[in-house]
Formats: sequence, C-alpha cells, structure tokens
Amino acid sequence: MDGIHDLGGKQGFGPIAVTETDPAFHEPWEGRLFAITQSVGDRSLSIDWFRNLIELMEPRMYLNEPYFQRWYFAMLTGLVQSGTFSMAEALGQGAEERRPPPPPMTLRDALARDRADCFDYSRPVAAVPRYAPGDVVRTKTHMQASHTRLPSYARGRQGSIIAHHGAHVLPDEGALGREVAEHLYTVEFDARELWGEEGGAGDTVTLDLWESYLVDP
Amino acid sequence: MAENDPHAAAHLHRHLHSHLPSDPALRVKALESLVVERGLVAPETLDAWVEAYAEHIGPKRGAQVVARAWTDPGFRARLLENATDAIVEFGFEGNATGHLKAVENTDTQHNLVVCTLCSCYPFSILGMSPGWYKSAEYRARAVREPRKVLEEFGVSLASEVSVRVWDSTAELRYLVVPQRPEGTEGWDEARLAAIVTRNAMIGTDRDLRTEAA
Repeated sequence: MDGIHDLGGKQGFGPIAVTETDPAFHEPWEGRLFAITQSVGDRSLSIDWFRNLIELMEPRMYLNEPYFQRWYFAMLTGLVQSGTFSMAEALGQGAEERRPPPPPMTLRDALARDRADCFDYSRPVAAVPRYAPGDVVRTKTHMQASHTRLPSYARGRQGSIIAHHGAHVLPDEGALGREVAEHLYTVEFDARELWGEEGGAGDTVTLDLWESYLVDP
Repeated sequence: MAENDPHAAAHLHRHLHSHLPSDPALRVKALESLVVERGLVAPETLDAWVEAYAEHIGPKRGAQVVARAWTDPGFRARLLENATDAIVEFGFEGNATGHLKAVENTDTQHNLVVCTLCSCYPFSILGMSPGWYKSAEYRARAVREPRKVLEEFGVSLASEVSVRVWDSTAELRYLVVPQRPEGTEGWDEARLAAIVTRNAMIGTDRDLRTEAA
C-alpha cells in the first residue's frame, strides 16, 4: 500500500539525531513492551501481518508515535481483532477473567528462545526461477492496495539481479494469512536510475525483491 | 486465525488511540497488567527478556564476529559465503538473523544499511537498534542522499569511494564488515573487537579509531 510508512526518498526531513552508543532501551516501558511482544501473541501470525497492522495506522498517528508505540498499537489491535482481548480490556478497564500465569522463563530460557527464533523464511518450490544473476529487470509500476515490500521510490525502475536466494514466503500473501513462496532476488539499481542527476555517479541502492515484483525490461 | 480486515484494523487503531492515555509508560503498564492477569505471561518472563537484550544480546556480539573475520581468513570466507551459518560458531544466531548477509567495505566501496519500510535490524547480533536508525529522517534520506547522511555521522567519503545502500525489504539482514585499521597488526581478537563500533556495522561509521582500545 502507498502508506506513510513508505518513507524511502521522501524529502523535507531534517538532520539525523546521531548517537554512537545507546542503552538497549531508552525508557523502561520500551523494554517491557519489547518483552511482551516476545512472549505474548499468536505466533501463527506472520511477520508481515504484524507489519501490515503497523502500516494501517493513520498517517499522522504513524509519524507521531515512537517506534515501540507503533509496535504497541499493532499488538493491541491484533489482540482485539483476534478476540483475545475485549475492547474494554484493551482500554485498561481490567481483566475480565483471571488465570494463573504460565511457568516463568529465566534469563537462560529467554536467551535459548531467542536463538531458537532464528526463522528460516525460505521454502522449496517447484517453479524454476525466471531470472538469474546478471539479468536486467524492471520493477512493476503499480502494486496492490494491501501490504507489499516494493517501496514506491523503486517502482518502474531498471536494475540488475546480483543474487538469487531461492524462494521465500511472499509478504503480500503473508499479510493476508496465506503462505505462498516465490523466488527472491537482490536487485541493484544505479543511484541515477532512482534519483536522476542527484544520485552519485557509481553509487547504487540494492533491494531484495520477489519475482512477482519484477518484469522484463 | 483472525481475518485480516484492513478497514477494521484502521478503525481499531483510531478508536484505541483516541481513548487510551497519551503517556506511553501508562499504556504499556496497563497492557502488562492485562497480559499478566489473563495468565498469558509471567512477570518474571518479561524481566528475563529485558535482561537478555539489556545485558547480553547487543553490538558486542557483532564486534566479535568482525574481529574474527579480520584475524581468521577461513572464518572471513565462511562469513562472506553464509553469515547465517558462520555466526552459529559463536551461538549468536537468533531473532532476525535467519538470513544474514555480511558485506565488506573496501578502499573503493562503502556499504550502508537501512530499512525504509519499517526498521528491520539483525537483533540477535547487534541488539536493539539505535533511535536514529528507526527515525523517519534516516529511513527517508539514507537511500536518496547517503553521502549527506554519512557527513552527519562524521564520515566524509572520497569521490573514488562508491556507496552501496542496502534497503532491507525482505527477511535478509545485513552486517557491514568495516576495514581493519592500520596499526592494529598483532592485536588479538578481544582487543580488535573493542574498536568495532555499532555504527560501523550499520555503515554510518567507516574509519575505526584505534586510540581508545
């Protein structure tokens, strides 16, 4: 979708608030919220379902809420949508039924779980890849209204395949709760193909793009 | 599985946003009370996750990987060939590193990593991402004017150095392997790891300083 989240190349933003080192969490609530996202929720929901929920925030809300508050709204909306919480519960009016907590995890358990969460998004497919490294391709100009991972700044542009990664689950379908795998490629674009004379000579931008995002040049 | 209904989700966002307190700390406190009371998680589990990322999973991991790539040619080759497998040698595989790609800086090429569409980041090897990485400023500008962005980080690239920006649009995550600075011959891995900055592994730092080590 052409949402506000599609920020690549948008102009008018000011300088970057550069930092060299940072605490993992700037505020205690960030840590608590991150911890909740790691331990609560329907793990059958795909990462792109979650991303799509964030993208569905109203644009002004999206820009004004900090990063982990966007996670908060995606999580809360998802839990209300799935019926896990009632609206009253989500609005902080207390739990409607109380249950004892599951056995607690220790630090060691959390570290082991993080290692186990090393997900493989590749899938075997029968389809033969349409492209190979070295091929010149063009990205599609128009994408559908739902979730996609082809940013607007790289649509309708010509680039070269520099790597093929086998087939990975397609975000556009994952956001709808369906698992479909498609060949994935790293595509390199000359900066001048994307930005005209503004782009640096010899500079490039690479994106990882699925086969259905691409057409022959 | 719930049905994805974008109009319903957008409506829910607006409704929740207009009825919830504006203070993020209050919002999260209420959510934590709810998930605990409903028996979905034990509070000690949340403590464990916070400790895991505050104390154990962070950029020191990535720095160890870079230091080994500098000192062990066999490891460097394995890292560049398949970083996902290579970091298993340290036990650093995990959240968002199931498809990790290491990209090396050279005298004529600089690598810079961004995620313009959200803020994808290789958590298990670099920890929580810095605020600037998640900012609209960085996401908007890194692909369009990387040299100006790098200037703001104090990195001035000579004209013969080209920039390759990696926009993390799929589940691949990128780790920049900076160049080993001169004057570090004979240093051991631990001493080398201490000079590898987090920003260098994202690509917003280039010439590593040796005096601090």
